[in-house]
Amino acid sequence: MSPVQPTGAFDAIVVGGGLVGAAIAWGLAREGIAAALLDEGDQAFRAARGNFGLVWIQSKGDNRPEYAHWTRRSAELWPSLANTLAEETGIDVALAQPGGLHFCLSEAEMEERGQMITRMHNQSGGIGARLLDRAEVQDMVPGLGPEVRGASFSPADGHASPLYLLRALHAGFIERGGRYLPNRSVDRIDPAPNAFTVLCGAERFAAPKLVIAAGLGSRRLAPMAGLEVPVDPLRGQIMVTERMQRFLDLPTVFIRQTAEGSVMVGDSHEDVGFDNATTPAIMQDIARRSIATFPALADKQIVRAWGALRVMTPDGFPIYEQSIRYPGAFAASCHSGVTLAGSHALALAPAIAAGTLPPSLDSFNSGRFHVSAA
Amino acid sequence: MFQRLNPAPTLAVHLDFDGRSIAADTGETVAAALLAAGIGQFRDTPVEGRPRAPYCMMGICFDCLVEIDGVPNRQACMVVVADGMKIRRQHGARDAA
Repeated sequence: MSPVQPTGAFDAIVVGGGLVGAAIAWGLAREGIAAALLDEGDQAFRAARGNFGLVWIQSKGDNRPEYAHWTRRSAELWPSLANTLAEETGIDVALAQPGGLHFCLSEAEMEERGQMITRMHNQSGGIGARLLDRAEVQDMVPGLGPEVRGASFSPADGHASPLYLLRALHAGFIERGGRYLPNRSVDRIDPAPNAFTVLCGAERFAAPKLVIAAGLGSRRLAPMAGLEVPVDPLRGQIMVTERMQRFLDLPTVFIRQTAEGSVMVGDSHEDVGFDNATTPAIMQDIARRSIATFPALADKQIVRAWGALRVMTPDGFPIYEQSIRYPGAFAASCHSGVTLAGSHALALAPAIAAGTLPPSLDSFNSGRFHVSAA
Repeated sequence: MFQRLNPAPTLAVHLDFDGRSIAADTGETVAAALLAAGIGQFRDTPVEGRPRAPYCMMGICFDCLVEIDGVPNRQACMVVVADGMKIRRQHGARDAA
């Protein structure tokens, strides 16, 4: 096969075709930026293919008001993102924001969630989050197991299909004239202020703007453009049941029923390096918790299971920054590509297009990892 | 429509499909037996109610789902026939309760 070499010049190059990169690329295209989106391929770890699909607000930004506000803003922008994608691409990303539940299986957990709600209210303002006792939760969802003591509830929480979201962002980006370039593994970046050349094999792509949003690949790529993205993998395992009749309208932190009727269960956090396998012990634990919450799940068939690697910073909060040495180079990294898609597409991308990140994102600079050890 | 490769099937295994009696070969799958009996629709889909029949016959596509002996969403292509099996067409999504 003779290699196609669409080596070319663009207004912006986004490295990373997952949810973060695709949301930014789509947002840039909306701003009239001629962008190229470089996507590595199947050998990449591709967190965007392994998402659970929550648009989750209630616990985000505990002791970090900037993150709470950024996440809440994303939830507010999400309906506009979903509607625009549906109009542009015909793809329904199945967004629903009916509020979300975090079930508590012990009194200690109830206590802890109650304290978190109060703390976050005091730090970041109220969002209507509250603690529900068992009777109140029973009014909202049927079939609870006897171990469920109650739940924390936030009316701002929701969920969406992460795979349809990824597909819609790609389709919308291409629809708006963006250049999607799959199977491009970036070997090198030659940086200069507002002038970047990205080398992929024999191809060279040039642009005055560069966005590194390559998930776990960002650790290697960011320093090439004067940026720093010290991310590590954190595995999560997910199981999916057969489709069944609707019984659960509200998303919860480890169980949600999709628009098609499947039930997704998950939420493990495992520090196991670059190993995205599934393991029986973790799957048993997830199944046990799911059945304790909804006993009727006990006889339902699991049809798929996978492990995927979250992209985690040392403190768990996102990184957004522009290179000081090479202005025009930006980095974006987070482990909540679905939740933050609204902000990435409709707030971050316009800021990158304008060339300056807003002061509200100052605290997400990687400089925070360089506290001097005085 | 479909014909068995085995030129001399036993037809010794008796199945019930939605009240209809079907004779199956020993060792074949439920999907093979139903197709050989001329049954073209195994289920309709949960979201849009569209008719479905086996596609891959090797456990991947989940289009051959039927209810077998009271258990919904069984993959007909992965289950070997047994005498007296009661099989029902799968209509939409299974119950959640």
